[in-house]
This record gives sequence, C-alpha cells and structure tokens, in this order.
Amino acid sequence: MSNDVIAPKSIPAKRELTTVPRFSDRVFRGIVTGGGFSSLLILGLIFAFLAYQGFSVLRSQGIHFITGSAWEVVTDDSGNIIASDTKFGLAAMLIGTMLCAIIAVVIAVPISVLTSLYLTFYAPPFIKKIMIAVIDLMAAFPSILFGLWGFFILMPSVEYWAKLLHKYFGFIPFFKMEVPIYTRSPFVAGVVLAVMIIPIITSVSREIFSQTPLDRIQAAYALGATRWSMVKAVALPYARSGVVGGAMLGLGRAMGETVAVYTVLNVVYQVNWHVLLGAGGNVASMILLKFGEAGPQEIKALMAAGLVLFLLTLLVNSLANLIVKSSGGKGR
Amino acid sequence: MTTISAVVPQKPWAKSSQEKLIAAGIVVLSIIATYAFVEVTPLKGKLAYFVSYFFIYVILDSLYSLTTHGVSAAKDSIAKGFITAGVFVAVMPMISILLTVFMRGRRGLNWNLFANDMSVNSVNDPIGQGGLLHALLGTAILVAIALIISLPIGILTALYLTEVKGRFASPIRFLVQAMSGVPSIVAGLFILSAIVYPITKSYSGIMGSLALSILMIPTIARTSEEVLLLIPNDLREAGVALGGTQWRTVAMVVVPAAKSGLITAVILGIARVAGETAPIVLLTGGGERVNANPFSGPMGSLPFYIWKAFAVGTEESITRAWAGIFVLLAIVMVLFVAARFLGERRTSK
Repeated sequence: MSNDVIAPKSIPAKRELTTVPRFSDRVFRGIVTGGGFSSLLILGLIFAFLAYQGFSVLRSQGIHFITGSAWEVVTDDSGNIIASDTKFGLAAMLIGTMLCAIIAVVIAVPISVLTSLYLTFYAPPFIKKIMIAVIDLMAAFPSILFGLWGFFILMPSVEYWAKLLHKYFGFIPFFKMEVPIYTRSPFVAGVVLAVMIIPIITSVSREIFSQTPLDRIQAAYALGATRWSMVKAVALPYARSGVVGGAMLGLGRAMGETVAVYTVLNVVYQVNWHVLLGAGGNVASMILLKFGEAGPQEIKALMAAGLVLFLLTLLVNSLANLIVKSSGGKGR
Repeated sequence: MTTISAVVPQKPWAKSSQEKLIAAGIVVLSIIATYAFVEVTPLKGKLAYFVSYFFIYVILDSLYSLTTHGVSAAKDSIAKGFITAGVFVAVMPMISILLTVFMRGRRGLNWNLFANDMSVNSVNDPIGQGGLLHALLGTAILVAIALIISLPIGILTALYLTEVKGRFASPIRFLVQAMSGVPSIVAGLFILSAIVYPITKSYSGIMGSLALSILMIPTIARTSEEVLLLIPNDLREAGVALGGTQWRTVAMVVVPAAKSGLITAVILGIARVAGETAPIVLLTGGGERVNANPFSGPMGSLPFYIWKAFAVGTEESITRAWAGIFVLLAIVMVLFVAARFLGERRTSK
C-alpha cells in the first residue's frame, strides 16, 4: 500500500450546480413512470376490450341486460340465431352473486372481528405470531382447494345446519323451502366463501385494531376498565370504519369468486331468493359454466357479463379501500 | 463466601395457583354439565356438544366472575368466551383443510406421479398409472412466464410509488389496490377478448401466463412498495451525497438493500397465482401430455388437472384430484414458509 497521492494532471472543470435532472435520470424516471401507469393501462384495457366484445349484446339488450332474468339463445331450424327472441338478462345471477356474498360477509365478519380482537388484545405473543402466520397462509390457499374441501367435508355439515335453520327459522322468507333439496345451495356457497374471506377481513381489522392509540388504551385501564370495557370503549369505536372497509374488501372477493362457488353450488339459471334451496349461481360461476358450449353470440353476452362483474367488484373494492384508508390506517 | 439472593421478580397480575385451580374446575364442571345436558335434552350430534359446552362454560365462568368481582367482570368473561369461540371457529377450517388434504392426498401419492403424464392413461385408471408430470411442468412454465412479465412491471410500479413519488402516486396506489380485486375470471375473459379471439384463435400456455400476470402484478407491486418504504431514507441520501444520480442510487443502493424483501414479494406473487384455476380453465386448453412449448398446443397445469379429475367424479379420479391438491398445497406452503423466513430475516436485521 502506497500512500502516494496521485496529483491530477489538470484540475477538472467546475461542475455546474443545477436541479435539472440528468439525462440518465430523465430516462429512469420516464421508464419508472411508464411502469407505474401500467395498472391504469391494464384496467383501462380490460374495460375497453370487454366493452368492445360485449357492446353488441349490451346495445341490443339495453337495460334488460341488468334487469332481465332470462338467458335464452333461440335458434331457428337451421341453427341461425333469432336475435329478436334471444334474451340475455343477468339479474338472476346478480341476485345470486349478492346473496352468496352477503351470506359470506354476515358469517365471516363477526368471526373475523372476534379473531382480530383476540390477536390484538388477548393472545400471548407466542400464539399471536403463529396465528398471524396461519391466517396469512390461509389467505394464500388456492380457491380450488376451498372448493373441494367445501364439497367433500363441509357440505354434509352445512346441509345439517341448513335443516336446523329451516326447522327453527322457517318463518323467515329467505329460509322457506318448498322442495326439500338442501345440497349445493347458495347457503353452502356462502359458508365456503365465508371461510375464504375470514383471513382477509381478519388481517385488515387486526391492522386497524393494532393502530389503536396506546395512550387511550392505558387511560381506559387506568380508569379501572376490564379488558372488554376497554375494547368496547376504545378499540371498537376507533376501528369501526376500518372493519367496515375490511368487510367490503371481503365482499368484493366473495363476489368475484369463481371456482369455489362453481364446485359447491348447483348453478341453475333462475332467480332464487331461498338461500337454503339447492339452486342458484353467481355471475363468475355462470360464465365458467356457459363458456364451454357457448356460441359466438353467447360468448359476447358472457363478455358483457364479465364487464358487469368487473365494474361491480371494482366499485366495491375502491369503496372499501377508500374507507380503510380514511380510517386512519394505511391500506391492507 | 456470601450468598447473594437474587430478587425474585414479582408478577402481581399473574394468576395464583388457587385461581388456576378454579379455572380448571370450571372447565371440568362444564364438560360434565354439557354431557349431562346433551343426554337429558333431545339434542344430539357433535354440534350440540360444542354449542352447549360453549354456553354452559360462558354461563359458569361469568357467574363465578359475578360473585367474586361484580358485573363488569362478568361481562368481561362473557366477552372472553365469545372471542375464544370466534378464534376457534376461524382456525377450525384451516386445521380441517390441512388434515383432509393430508389424509386424502396421501392415498394418491406415489413416485410415478412425478415421472409420467396422462397421455396414455385416463383419470379412471388405477392409481399408480399415469401421473402429473405434465401438470407440474405446465404450472412451472405458466408461473415462470407470468413472473417474467409481472416482475418488472410490479417493481417499476413500486419504484414509482416510493422513489419517483410523482404527482400521480396516490391515484396509482389506489388503482393498484383496485387491480388486486379484479376477479380471476375477468382476467381470463380479458385475455380471451383481447388476444385469443382477435389474434391467435387458439389456446396455449402463454395466454394463461398473461392472465396470471394480471393477477400477479398487484401482489408484487404492493409487497415491493411496502418493502421499499422500509428502506431508511439515510441510504438514499447517502447515495445522492456521494454524487450518484437517482438512477444509480436506486439501482445500486436502494434495490440491493431491499433484495430479500423483493424476493419475498416474488414468492408471494407466485403463491398467489400458482393455484389460480378459472383463467387456466378458460385459456390454456389443458393438455394431457408433457408440452414444454408455451406458444403452441394445449398446456396442462396442476389446477386444471385437479379441476378435470374432480369433474369426472369417479373414485380414482377423486383420489387423483386430492393427490394433485396435496402437491399444489405443498408447493404453496413451501413458497409461503420461504417468504416468511426471508421476511423474518429482513425485519430482524
């Protein structure tokens, strides 16, 4: 190692001080900004292409595509489609989508809130760490796994619960049964979806609960509150809107679910308000069912149905994210 | 030699042995009471036991608290009972799923599974013939291509949100979140309407990969963003202070510092799409033989294999479906544990 300092042959010219980014930075920023806008581009393209493909159906059916509940492709003797009699109305499946998703949310929200309360305020650190990992893992399970498990393991139990519900709460219109078919009902689908969305709602609510200001918690304890009075007086009011947002994220996920619903639900194209009856469907599973044997015209209708589903889930998700964001916490 | 007696730390909040005994006594008492209750009333079945145990325990526990500590303590024990029950209900499905997959999947597992494809066998053949090599290979190719597409886009999005912080950062963040809610079937329909129908008119692996990357980008972008936000600003300032341009700072300081976190993002992205079924069913055509060319011909994949075997519904095919699920779940869990491990290391540093 020599300590010789190599003297520069000539003093370099003074560099100009400026805030204008260099060329390399401008290129860098350009590329990164371009990448950043890809999500906008992709969402825009999804909308544009689905709308383009479904446009003819949407135009010919008009508002009936949303309000009508008949899905019939009428052909004449030689197999040509008679456009005037062909009806594409999505209402039956939209109702089914909402029913399944709402059942799922109604079941999942209390369980998730209780679980996240446990994780935030009750669990010892060791159990807390394991359970958070377990719940995150459950969120990563593939949906077909939930479908198969729901079909083989959960369905027999849920049928039994459905019978109990019918027996004791049969006076409520939703639980009425004219024909006793309890298998593969929207209720079963709702329960499976509930299991699927519990991890999402739990992790969102847990994050919001864990942001509860510590001084308020300690103030409650100092005033002699039990753990539950503290939760009731401090944590629940603080986290209320965040939990609502988490529930809506779960709702969005439940509405778009395809394979799990297709596996456990008897997809029949009809309006079915009786959640225990074994017939129903949601938009996504209907698309998957009809896709196999659909002709060109029906494919266009399915694209339009996909567009409706896309807009619906986008709306619910955006609303949910806005609520979660405005509730003080950062997003999930 | 003097002995130093260490001060034993006191825990005034800890339960005394008497309290522990009483708590155990309440549990035993409610088990006995539950048994008696179910025997006496016409209720039957596991559900009856669980439900009546829950109520009897909550009632006994709250009565005890009421007599010793008053009304608010009783309310506290009721709440605690409900919260414990909630946790139990939330964890039950998970345990049930893992056990089921293990018990049922085990029957269909054998080494032939990883050496053969289904080109000469049908799903109804005895277990031991045929295999899911084509599905494993297909899933690997589909996910790899999806990763090649999504990784740059996802990380560029995250860099835009954390490094460039342009005027549109918050709307873009919002859109990325919205994109993570796009149903998988819509992603499949989009690729159908944009590429398959107008241009290629045939199903192939690459179409599936394109749909998967739509689902993968938001996962990678959001996880990477979180990771990049954890990088201390000192590093960025140090990079700039050394005379580096922003590009050099990001490429040589920020990204290397976040490397393990970015790998976590990639793993989570893979785990997100590896089991995705709906777009695969719509787009890949689901072949039965090993096909390593994603650009032509139908391509099998694990979700499709499970999907098809389940749809046939015979005993052999269902066993095959569970074996497929076993393999798929094993992959997802390994990825997940890897992501956790890397994440732990990152936060502990």
